[in-house]
Amino acid sequence: MLLDSKIPEGPLAEKWEKHKFNVKLVNPANKRKYDVIVVGTGLAGGAAAASLAELGYNVKAFTYHDSPRRAHSIAAQGGINAAKNYQNDGDSVFRLFYDTIKGGDYRAREANVYRLAQVSVNIIDQCVAQGVPFAREYGGLLANRSFGGAQVSRTFYARGQTGQQLLLGAYSALSRQIAYGKVKMYTRSEMLDVVVVDGQARGIVTRNLITGEIETHAAHAVVLATGGYGNVFYLSTNAKYCNVTAAWRAHKKGAYFANPCFTQIHPTCIPVSGDYQSKLTLMSESLRNDGRVWVPKTVEMAERVRQNQIKPQDIPEDERDYFLERKYPAFGNLVPRDVASRNAKQMCDEGRGVGSTGLAVYLDFSDVIKRTGAEAVSQKYGNLFAMYEKITDENPYERPMRIYPAVHYTMGGLWVDYNLQTTVPGLYATGECNFSDHGANRLGASALMQGLADGYFVIPYTIGDYLAQTPPKPVDTSHPAFAESKAFVQARTERLLSIKGTRTPTQFHKALGHIMWEYCGMARTAEGLKHAKAEIQKLRQEFWQDLKITGTGEELNQALENAGRVADFLELGELMVDDALHRNESCGGHFREEYQTPEGEALRNDDEFAYVAAWEYQGDNQPEKLNKEELTFENVKLTQRSYK
Amino acid sequence: MAGSNPNAKPMNLTLNVWRQPNRTAPGKIVEYHVKDISPDMSFLEMLDVLNEDLLHAGQDPVAFDHDCREGICGSCDLFINGRSHGPEKGTTTCQLHMRKFSDGDTITIEPWRASAFPVNKDLSVDRSAFDRIIQAGGYVSVNTGGAPDGNEIPIPKEISDRAFEAATCISCGACVAACKNASAMLFVSAKVSQLALLPQGQPERKTRVENMVAQMDKEGFGACSNIGSCAAECPVGISLENIAILNREFLAAKATSNNLA
Ligand SMILES: Cc1cc2nc3c(=O)[nH]c(=O)nc-3n(C[C@H](O)[C@H](O)[C@H](O)COP(=O)(O)OP(=O)(O)OC[C@H]3O[C@@H](n4cnc5c(N)ncnc54)[C@H](O)[C@@H]3O)c2cc1C
Ligand code: SF4
Ligand code: FES
Repeated sequence: MLLDSKIPEGPLAEKWEKHKFNVKLVNPANKRKYDVIVVGTGLAGGAAAASLAELGYNVKAFTYHDSPRRAHSIAAQGGINAAKNYQNDGDSVFRLFYDTIKGGDYRAREANVYRLAQVSVNIIDQCVAQGVPFAREYGGLLANRSFGGAQVSRTFYARGQTGQQLLLGAYSALSRQIAYGKVKMYTRSEMLDVVVVDGQARGIVTRNLITGEIETHAAHAVVLATGGYGNVFYLSTNAKYCNVTAAWRAHKKGAYFANPCFTQIHPTCIPVSGDYQSKLTLMSESLRNDGRVWVPKTVEMAERVRQNQIKPQDIPEDERDYFLERKYPAFGNLVPRDVASRNAKQMCDEGRGVGSTGLAVYLDFSDVIKRTGAEAVSQKYGNLFAMYEKITDENPYERPMRIYPAVHYTMGGLWVDYNLQTTVPGLYATGECNFSDHGANRLGASALMQGLADGYFVIPYTIGDYLAQTPPKPVDTSHPAFAESKAFVQARTERLLSIKGTRTPTQFHKALGHIMWEYCGMARTAEGLKHAKAEIQKLRQEFWQDLKITGTGEELNQALENAGRVADFLELGELMVDDALHRNESCGGHFREEYQTPEGEALRNDDEFAYVAAWEYQGDNQPEKLNKEELTFENVKLTQRSYK
Repeated sequence: MAGSNPNAKPMNLTLNVWRQPNRTAPGKIVEYHVKDISPDMSFLEMLDVLNEDLLHAGQDPVAFDHDCREGICGSCDLFINGRSHGPEKGTTTCQLHMRKFSDGDTITIEPWRASAFPVNKDLSVDRSAFDRIIQAGGYVSVNTGGAPDGNEIPIPKEISDRAFEAATCISCGACVAACKNASAMLFVSAKVSQLALLPQGQPERKTRVENMVAQMDKEGFGACSNIGSCAAECPVGISLENIAILNREFLAAKATSNNLA
């Protein structure tokens, strides 16, 4: 299939306005004749479901959580960007657009990113109107901070709990529509397949997680808002349940998967403490505004501190290497995430890492505490410091924090055109589960912005265009494609239960995570990736021969749920490796050791790789087919990123 | 791999866990033993160990709810040794660490007990009653689009901060589980105060509180007898002041409105 991104004609700044005018409208009297399924009720899905219901469509919303308010979006800490320029510091729609394109290392689509920057301002207005308690100045106006290395203060926040407050805003709008009967909410309901009828998405198959019942649901269009797949690495900052299943099953039904290898490793996470570790905890990026990152200058000193022979706070200044400040004088500790992460890894690889495992660097607040006092620091970061102490039993006011990079976000996802439609007509993807706006690296505070932009302000228009061209005839699940999909899901569930081997889903998941982190993590090589591919194939085979779960499919069975998700991760993992192997360049979060500048920075290859890699499923255990969407840059000049 | 605290010794524990196959079947406490528990583990990681042991032994793992494991999603909900979220103040179960326990301890783990929170299985309960209370009025009625500029509604910082404090409720239900009457007043009051404090909440101020309280009663939550166990056990520190605000709001609404809900 030819990949048509459907980018509207005309100057960048006018594309969205023009497009909104050109899309077909559904007659208001007809809207109630259309059913739309929204899978996922995080920021992207919650916002979409509420907004579509407000317009008059009948929405059926699904989540595997017990309540829409528990989606992973709730955990976002730092904030949300918007080009409001309230601080009069030179921000603008164009600057937010430019920063996002550059931050993404020139692997995102200009038109989408510009639209994102445009609607960012509406998001803040919408959330304020809902009663979201953003941080404010004494004068009563909204407060901003600079975040994630941005040179302007454009980040809106609600203490360290921005995601929570934004999600509660979307949840409240959704709750109102549920009360009106315009949204029918299905909680504890996991989507396990997309139903395609005559080439168009017409419904889904779900499993009721309490009763185990496999159900079919029909609609005129389906929107996926099912989040990211960072948990393919087992350990990540994502919530435990985050998984790729919805996107993956859609992929197997014809939706292309774009740039799967573009994953973001966040530099400031609490290091792994033991094999039992079930997830990693992010320490907000805002800490890098005041904390200084360092390791001991010598391997000998690092060894002493690892052995507890010396406390980090007692290491003299001239024995410390503030490596980010040294290597990147202009940006210092505020270099983008990928750069900070890679440098931390490099220090540990050199043997200068700290902590009992040697896999950590320090984030030190002693200077700012000296300068402004512990009280002021506690005002700003008190909750983060308390969380750190709870987890590590160490007091960051006295002893520098230990941090290490961890998997955090997936820029890759389902390929979508400008309308957020996948390659399956009638199937849309929004939020982290699509690939659209962040290129090869996402800037801090931009995921919340994208999720809400997609949900509140983009999909309500673009889905109308599709529905207006679909007859408003009632849909039901009588087409044989529904029965087929249902049978497929049932058979798969039974198969998982019938293996009766010796290893648990978690054991397989950990093994996969290990391979992914080792060979497809912060630094990748062709040789390592080839090795990983063979390992994953082997592991997948073992999974289907040796999996052990108990119980039945007709009850709440968390091991069964987990097994299904791990099975999909085992397929996705291989595609990520293929994608990383084919991309013979380094860009953003994708660092191939073979492609670096003499100073060890990522070396892009714009001549050969300025495209989106959109993979097309070809059948089980078949190599996937690569489709390319060439990226053209008309409004920014491609430069090598430099933060020196 | 060593833990972050090299002196910490692994622990052996006895667990008394509530097992119940489904909503209607009877449940009972079953005793289990876990070995080599690191003090650096979280409570849920300790349960992960138990569940892996059970799976290997061909027995059904214990069902429990969790997700973020960062104290923010409100999923985790265990009643540990007779206390909501266990012994540590201001802490969700997922943020409780095993260093708060000692080698040889016996730990009793039960689900939230409230008729409005029926058990799904083992330790997992159904808290959808909370969602229905929010659906009854815990929102500002604004549609997407057409909102005025965010800075057109200045809000004094003290007010905004107080609204934020109330808005941090994670909907875990610990307050209900801690209350001998299984009252949901703290939960309801948090949302009512947040919106009563903010200018955006004014137009629906009266109907909101009436409708939310009516729904709360309908769900079968008990009455509030002002003892304060709820606030004492709330992991995010929602204060009793909110209940005072709720009572005031409710009386004012009843006195002046014609809403008969
Ligand atoms: C710790 C942390 C901190 C972060 N901080 C920030 C920040 O400060 N700023 C920022 O911009 N971004 C931040 N991010 C990133 C951001 O939070 C996420 O990218 C974003 O919230 C994703 O939103 P979403 O709506 O796409 O998906 P999610 O919020 O993950 O929602 C997914 C939804 O899909 C449902 N679902 C998934 N699969 C299925 C299925 N098969 N069947 C049924 N339902 C399904 C889930 O139940 C859920 O409702 C952070 C991320 C993490 C991990
Ligand atoms: S008020 Fe506190 S205890 Fe009750 S649901 Fe909210 S966060 Fe949980
Ligand atoms: S698991 Fe999210 S609050 Fe405990």
